[in-house]
Amino acid sequence: MANIVIDRIRKSFGAFQALKEVSLTINDGEFVSLLGPSGCGKTTLLRIIAGLETSTSGDVRIGDRSIIGLAPKDRGLAMVFQNYAVFPHMTVYENVAFGLRMQKADEARVKAQVEKAAGLLHIEPYLDRYPNKLSGGQRQRVAVARALAVKPKVLLMDEPLSNLDALLRLEMRTELKTVLQSAGTTTIYVTHDQTEAMGLSDRIAVMHNGVVEQVGHPVEIYNHPATRFVGGFIGNPPMNFIKVPVSNGQVAAGEEQLAAPKDVGNEIVLGLRGEAVELAPLPQGLEMKVRVAEPMGSHLLLTGSIHDQPVRVILPASETVKSGDTIGLKLDSKRITWLSPESGRSIPAVSA
Amino acid sequence: MSKETMSTIKASPASFASSRRWLLWSGIAALCAWVLVPIYLVALGALGGRQGVYIWPKTGLPTGISLEPFILFLTTEGVVQSFLNSLGAAGITVALSILLGAPAGYALARYDFRGKDSYRLLVLLTRAFPLAILALPLTVSFIRLGLYDTIIGVGLIHTVLALPFAALVTQGIFLGVPKELEEAAWVFGCTRVQAFFKVVAPLALPGIVATAVFAFVISWNEVFAASVLTVRNRTLTAYLLTVLSESPMHYRFAGGLMLILPSVVFIFAVRRYLFAIWGISSK
Repeated sequence: MANIVIDRIRKSFGAFQALKEVSLTINDGEFVSLLGPSGCGKTTLLRIIAGLETSTSGDVRIGDRSIIGLAPKDRGLAMVFQNYAVFPHMTVYENVAFGLRMQKADEARVKAQVEKAAGLLHIEPYLDRYPNKLSGGQRQRVAVARALAVKPKVLLMDEPLSNLDALLRLEMRTELKTVLQSAGTTTIYVTHDQTEAMGLSDRIAVMHNGVVEQVGHPVEIYNHPATRFVGGFIGNPPMNFIKVPVSNGQVAAGEEQLAAPKDVGNEIVLGLRGEAVELAPLPQGLEMKVRVAEPMGSHLLLTGSIHDQPVRVILPASETVKSGDTIGLKLDSKRITWLSPESGRSIPAVSA
Repeated sequence: MSKETMSTIKASPASFASSRRWLLWSGIAALCAWVLVPIYLVALGALGGRQGVYIWPKTGLPTGISLEPFILFLTTEGVVQSFLNSLGAAGITVALSILLGAPAGYALARYDFRGKDSYRLLVLLTRAFPLAILALPLTVSFIRLGLYDTIIGVGLIHTVLALPFAALVTQGIFLGVPKELEEAAWVFGCTRVQAFFKVVAPLALPGIVATAVFAFVISWNEVFAASVLTVRNRTLTAYLLTVLSESPMHYRFAGGLMLILPSVVFIFAVRRYLFAIWGISSK
């Protein structure tokens, strides 16, 4: 069992608190992404797990064993670095074999495991070459093969795709998923790219200012963000937040009345995914002033305002709305997230 | 458009390329001449025989080549010994400035510690004291320590001269080895020491060799400290300084050539490491 328990980890750099009591449990074989904007502490957390950085307080356990005081080499994990960090003075073969050689594995086992890892990442043709003869994508494959060759209990990846160009990134993302699924390694993956996190992860931990804001399945995080930050960070376009008045426990959306959560004040923030709407005739629908209409081919992107607050919504490409129109929208009540205007945290909806 | 203009358009990039090539080669020729012509003239003076030195205008061609003055010079008493002394002092300088300077450079490159900047300045300040001022106190202490008139003593002083540069130059070299490579080595099973020798050292080698060359040249060319601190066990420079002023011209040229050659040979021997960038010129 190689589940990882991150237990109240704190890290300060002088007066700056990079991590404020972060706790997270990652199950055996699970792929968890740490997602957040730069400076949110995700890389620091990964480096603490790897042993490249010391935490101010807190504990990290793999299985039942605390690893917090151990040297990186004694933690039984492997890592893929953002800038690949393949050794330029070794051939690809020696790079992939590096971890095994350090374990003093016998030559037959080294050969077998290097070839297996190289096969998974399709780098067999380059085994004799030096890294400076390889492209960025190939180097990244070498870095991943080096990590997989030692059969680590835990694999750490620090923005491994961010140095690749867009097309290659997409290709490597799909391939990584295939490779890691077959390896079944517990993986922690740091990224600031939400599409990477959404596509690859079993669960995502969204981090912001040294705090984990929400942990959950990608779809759950997308549809039910726990905080305003999560809703705004995930999704393109981001979630819309509209401050609306509450009267008698209800919120008016055009002529339709939506049940607001219990025990809220006069105002509440309505979190609305851009695509959770459909066009409705005006008196019934919620009024939206369209400032710009952008036909994107697959869909129609409308930027404008509801209740004088900026929103972006997505309609099917077949709709004909022009810039400057005023339209009515029917909201999908099941996909609305209610948030407190003060704390920005979500409030559970009343069950129907 | 006429055919003529077409051809000029076509021709101009070609002539541009050829003039660039011409510029490149003339630059290379000028640089080679800058280094080689003085060495050639010195060699001519040393090997051209007694008359060759005084001929004016110089023919520039080797006439009456004979190894005689050179051999005469080599067989003069004390030359071989002082040559070996110079090699010994330079060897001590190279060894000590790398052994002490490289770890200091590594620490400067990798660790943040209080007073790092002032330390760097302090290292350079050791060069701020003119050796002439230090000569007398040094001589006295060296006599007391039993280091006076020994090659070890000269080597130590030359190390003092070379060490600040060794520390600062190797700092730059270690900064050039990405920290991630070292961290990757730690993660994949290396202790800090293993990571240094398996990953950092091989990548820093060309720069370290360059630093060694530099230390060698500093020691080989240094004449003041070597003259003050020795009497009988002179280094070649110190020996030549005292002997050559009273010698005939061709003998002086032979001495000069003798001074130049070891540096040239040494640099030539390690040139591979000076220019090696992994995978490009190595192997």
